[in-house]
Amino acid sequence: MTEKLYPVSIEVNGTLREAQVSARLTLVDFLRDTLFLTGTHTGCEHGICGACSVLLDGEPVRSCLMYAVQADGRRVTTIEGLAKPDGTPDALQDAFCEAHGLQCGYCTPGMIVAAHALLEANPTPADDEIREAIGGNLCRCTGYQQIVDAIKLAAERRSGSAR
Amino acid sequence: MKAAPFEYARPATLTEACELLAAHGPDAKLIAGGQSLVPMMAMRLARPAWLIDISRLVELQRIAAPDALPAAADGHFVVGAGVRQCVMEREALAHASLPLLARALRFVGHVQTRNRGTIGGSIVHGDVSAEIALVACVLDAILELRDTSGATEVPAREFFLAPMVTSIAPEQCLVEIRFPVWRGAGKAVTHGYAFDEVSVRHGDFALVSACAQVELDADGRCVRAELGLGGAAPVPLALPEIGAQLAGTRLDAQSISAAAGAAADSSDPESDLHASADYRRHLARVLVARVLHAAKAEAISKIEAAK
Repeated sequence: MTEKLYPVSIEVNGTLREAQVSARLTLVDFLRDTLFLTGTHTGCEHGICGACSVLLDGEPVRSCLMYAVQADGRRVTTIEGLAKPDGTPDALQDAFCEAHGLQCGYCTPGMIVAAHALLEANPTPADDEIREAIGGNLCRCTGYQQIVDAIKLAAERRSGSAR
Repeated sequence: MKAAPFEYARPATLTEACELLAAHGPDAKLIAGGQSLVPMMAMRLARPAWLIDISRLVELQRIAAPDALPAAADGHFVVGAGVRQCVMEREALAHASLPLLARALRFVGHVQTRNRGTIGGSIVHGDVSAEIALVACVLDAILELRDTSGATEVPAREFFLAPMVTSIAPEQCLVEIRFPVWRGAGKAVTHGYAFDEVSVRHGDFALVSACAQVELDADGRCVRAELGLGGAAPVPLALPEIGAQLAGTRLDAQSISAAAGAAADSSDPESDLHASADYRRHLARVLVARVLHAAKAEAISKIEAAK
């Protein structure tokens, strides 16, 4: 059967992207399969793992838990949009590398999106605030401690008190 | 893990949304935040033919605290069904006038889901462990439902029928929730509020949750109390009779212990992969005692501060 298509116009990482999508296409599948922005990862596809986290109008959301048609007219930022303009890693991404905040890397885009949103809202978070901010993101490698360390390191650097 | 095909509509007004619901009947589902519905559709536990997106309807976004005067009279705090959980979590009016809900929201899912999930969506979903539904039942909130023939009011305590089953009809839309706000009826009283739960990880579905709201007179005696349990019965469990028995006491250890025991006896939990019914009943007793002690302590500390 042919599914009805709906026009969407979504600002993704600063660029307006227009497409015709089926209603059941999730935002994460739109980002990965239509726009080829494969930095956002597909994990559980039902809102448990947080690997697909993106920013919707600046707020972290799970892109597997909304359909692309629902994002029509809105602004989406993916992991690709968080690097510096020249494409090199920003302070948070650097900190994840330096503090060994990743091993297999599957959860990392979601972790960095969640951490980015935290640091934008709260530049000097306490440990428990960091843990709460990434509470909706599963990591099966690190045991989380190095991720918390990485976010703390990035917070120090962003607020100009790097060691 | 992909939803079955469906058609999508984004009505511009509540009236139009109700007309679409009336036209499509049980084949249509409303979607606001979608944080419960989208997973159900991904697992094909739900496969509506139509999704009607009400997330942008301004009619569902009302937040109205009761007027400051007259302070003597109880009032209602109105929350539009489409208000996102993160908005209420940050809303200063809610912390001032509806602290029990504001505190419950810290336990609802995670940052990412609260940024999309709505107050009304959690209620109509009807999960037995839902924190917002529990607060609505404990405070005896009123739900306003709308369809093409007009508005209907249903007490939250009558809305939940069984796990994931509520009394809402397929053509109805939850418009707003009116939470009672306690005032002192002219007398000097203080209030305490507490919400707590036990879950495998913070943000997961609660094994059992409990909350309590108490009103003490200047002498520290309980004027009224409401309490309840989530995840401990097929529906959110408000326990007004147990609350009524606490009125007149000093919420001493013995009264609280008796109330906690009665609450556990009133519970009817299920066993599942995560916890046995016996363990949930144990948690019910522990958590009810904990929230009553915490609510009392808060009210007492306000009395002390006022001296």
